[in-house]
Amino acid sequence: MSTPMPSDRESATAAAGSPYLQIRDLTKRFGDFTALKDISLDVYEGEFVVFVGPSGCGKTTLLRAVAGLDIQSAGRIEQAGRDVSALPPAERDFGIVFQSYALFPNLTVRDNVGYGLRSRKTSKAQLTARVDELLHLVGLPDQGGKYPAQLSGGQQQRVALARAIATSPGLLLLDEPLSALDAKVRVHLRHEVKALQHQLGITTIMVTHDQEEALTMADRIVVMNAGIIEQVGTPGDIYSKPASPFVADFIGTMNFLTGTVAGQRSVRVAELELAAESANGLRAGQEVTVCVRPEDVVVGDIGPETPNAFEATIEDMEFLGSFWRARLVPRSADGQPFLADMSANLARRLDAGPGSALRVALPPDRIRVF
Amino acid sequence: MANHAVAVAAPVRPKVGREDWTMRGLILVIAAYLVVAIVLPLYAILSKSFENADGQFIGLANYAEYFATPALAYSIENSLTVTLISTVITVTLAFVYAYSLTRSCMPFKGLFKGLALIPILMPSLLPAIALVYMFGNQGFINELLFGESIYGPIGIVMGECFYVFPHALMILLIALSTSDARLYEAAQSLGAGRIRTFFTVTLPGVRYGLVSAFFVTFTLVITDFGVPKVIGGQYNVLATDVYKEVVGRQDFEMGAVVGMVLLIPAVLAFFADRIVTRKQVALLSARAVPYEPRPSGPFDTAMLGYCAVIGFILVFVLGVAAYASFVTFWPYNLELSLNNYQFDLMDGGGWASYGNSVEMAAWTAVVGTAVIFGGAYLVEKSKGFRAGRAAMQFLCMIPMAVPGLVLGLAYVFFFNAPGNPLGGLYHTMAILVICTVTHFYTVSHLTAVTALKQMDPEFEAVSASLKVPFYKTFWRVTVPVCTPAILDISMYLFVNAMTTVSAVVFLYSPDTALASVAVLNMDDAGDIAPAAAMGMMIVYTSAAVRVLHAVLTRGIARRSQAWRRR
Repeated sequence: MSTPMPSDRESATAAAGSPYLQIRDLTKRFGDFTALKDISLDVYEGEFVVFVGPSGCGKTTLLRAVAGLDIQSAGRIEQAGRDVSALPPAERDFGIVFQSYALFPNLTVRDNVGYGLRSRKTSKAQLTARVDELLHLVGLPDQGGKYPAQLSGGQQQRVALARAIATSPGLLLLDEPLSALDAKVRVHLRHEVKALQHQLGITTIMVTHDQEEALTMADRIVVMNAGIIEQVGTPGDIYSKPASPFVADFIGTMNFLTGTVAGQRSVRVAELELAAESANGLRAGQEVTVCVRPEDVVVGDIGPETPNAFEATIEDMEFLGSFWRARLVPRSADGQPFLADMSANLARRLDAGPGSALRVALPPDRIRVF
Repeated sequence: MANHAVAVAAPVRPKVGREDWTMRGLILVIAAYLVVAIVLPLYAILSKSFENADGQFIGLANYAEYFATPALAYSIENSLTVTLISTVITVTLAFVYAYSLTRSCMPFKGLFKGLALIPILMPSLLPAIALVYMFGNQGFINELLFGESIYGPIGIVMGECFYVFPHALMILLIALSTSDARLYEAAQSLGAGRIRTFFTVTLPGVRYGLVSAFFVTFTLVITDFGVPKVIGGQYNVLATDVYKEVVGRQDFEMGAVVGMVLLIPAVLAFFADRIVTRKQVALLSARAVPYEPRPSGPFDTAMLGYCAVIGFILVFVLGVAAYASFVTFWPYNLELSLNNYQFDLMDGGGWASYGNSVEMAAWTAVVGTAVIFGGAYLVEKSKGFRAGRAAMQFLCMIPMAVPGLVLGLAYVFFFNAPGNPLGGLYHTMAILVICTVTHFYTVSHLTAVTALKQMDPEFEAVSASLKVPFYKTFWRVTVPVCTPAILDISMYLFVNAMTTVSAVVFLYSPDTALASVAVLNMDDAGDIAPAAAMGMMIVYTSAAVRVLHAVLTRGIARRSQAWRRR
């Protein structure tokens, strides 16, 4: 079991025909408060979609609407061609893992995993075989006789996952499944959950507030904010081509500089004129926000031909383990400070430190203009 | 995506699944039960108080007559006097007792906690009978009253203080044990002494508990009927007036009026208590550190001495009642015998009344626990149906505000009314069970709700996603997880059904006489020793049930140790 490569992810999206789950014009109101505004979204068969956003953005509300736990005020949800908009959870087809796991404390791991199987017309032998298979799948083959309280958080999470997929539902819903875990376990389980999902090919929606989790696990990310979808795209797209300043800020770290459009494919920030491909099509003189990620700022090895190069002074440096993050101020008048990352190795080579001068460049294709 | 946003989406009407219909139906069944068992009877007693003996509406004439009759109106003053005195004494005594148990390092805390529960095991008639043996005309320590008579306010106050002590204590124990050690550390580091800390940290921290204890005690005392019945003498209070008007003078309309008057303080105290209880919850944050008392020689000794005195009094009263039940003929023949236990030789119902009581208590425990826990589950775990659930929650709270005497009298008016299709229940065992379940509904309901709220709210969502019907999850998960609470509820119902007098005193028939009523009637007839003996039978039974409960609870704790955290 290995984590699928990015190429796999894209093909999963592209290969699918009509969407497995169609959400149309979904609105959810709680009294006067509108939690979801006119949400429309398609999820394809076998896809791993992650809803991400700050708390209160509506991501959990959307997931609960899909599950039928809190049915939307208006709008339509179709799953596998069936209109499930108004159906109670028991008449829909999904498995779910909650942040609390909601494992039945008085039942053993085996009984928890087999909980949904027992009521169906399965023989005892079939049930035992299926539970064994599931426990094996989640890597807990010898823990069947224990009670949830006797397991670690990570193990409980796997039991909850096994229980959710036991009945082979068409859709797997994960509500912040890793949030209750320690940082180390969380990183480890990210890969396991993703690998398991890939192996089973089950269409999966996960909710998280952790952008790193979204970037590492998702085939497609849905970035939400204040009840609307800001952007839908692959992790690569979301990171490198954020559709709005909100997305740019929420996913990763971003420098925001105020400027104006100078001409075709160029912007002016204070006294600097910068080539920027994404300024294409904007009216000259228009006020814009110019964005560039700290790791995209080129530091050192800058030749005379390098576009968008200028002198800057280091104001301050912050050590972040594997790299340094420097706060730079351009030499030009009213230079706006910005962040730039450099490897520990590079920082040593350039003898960078507070007060030292550097030559930096902002690659035109890495600049986003809003 | 933009092309979809053009059409305005139609509102969604969630489909109500078969499970939801089942749950709503069951909620309505239980709500209907509560309407019949509490709302309609209350309406019956209210309308009765506006009618004359012929059933014609006469407006406030009964009330006018009531307040114009000095003998009756005096009872209000009498009731308030003895109730306020008893309440202040009880809350003070219980506060110091609770303080000793929570804030000192004195030994034998478990023993003293157990001793404090003694009064719960008896009908309130019994401590009053014990007081008669101690301070009555032939009482063995009646010199301690310096010539004052125990029959009257003194006796009532003493009896009530004994009877309501555990109720006040339990509220104060909870209030005092949920305190934040960090506040005490802060006070200490700022140089506050023990006394200053007490007034600036301890008292403000338990103020809601104190107020709540005050109101609960007040309600229990003013509505209690057993103590003043036995020891009140010529000193009339509201509770005895209701009984006298109905049973003595057969004046049902005036009984209804006194009942309504008695309802007022109970309802006021109920709402006041609800308000403070709600505030109490918000007081303690999840990050509070529990306070651990530190040993302090003189203080611990003083607290131990105090608890020993109170504990001795509690045991002594019980001991007197037990002793009196075995003495052949007080005070002339002090030989011990079982003569007083030959109930079949006396009026009052005989041994059959004891059998009836046990039967009634068992039915109350079984039926009551099922209905109350089931009702609490449905209210807590069903979805949608807001109006229905809110109405149900309100119905569940009403019984707490209704004194037993008022409830019992209301049942007489409602079930005995000509033309009531439920009239067949009158004078049966069933009506006693219904009345007792209803009387003690609220506390049991709140116990069940607390237990249910502690369960993960997503259990139902998970089982729905796994296509497991709710009743299977109820049996396989909810009931096992809530077993301790279920046992608590059934024990509470059983013990209260054994000891209660007030509601059932209007409802029993010759065939369904109860032990607690037998105590009352034998005492009325002057057979005090047999009354004490029957009272002791109730104590033995209640105590046995408590022991059984403790054994069961411990057994379940051991068996479920594997999955219960801590």
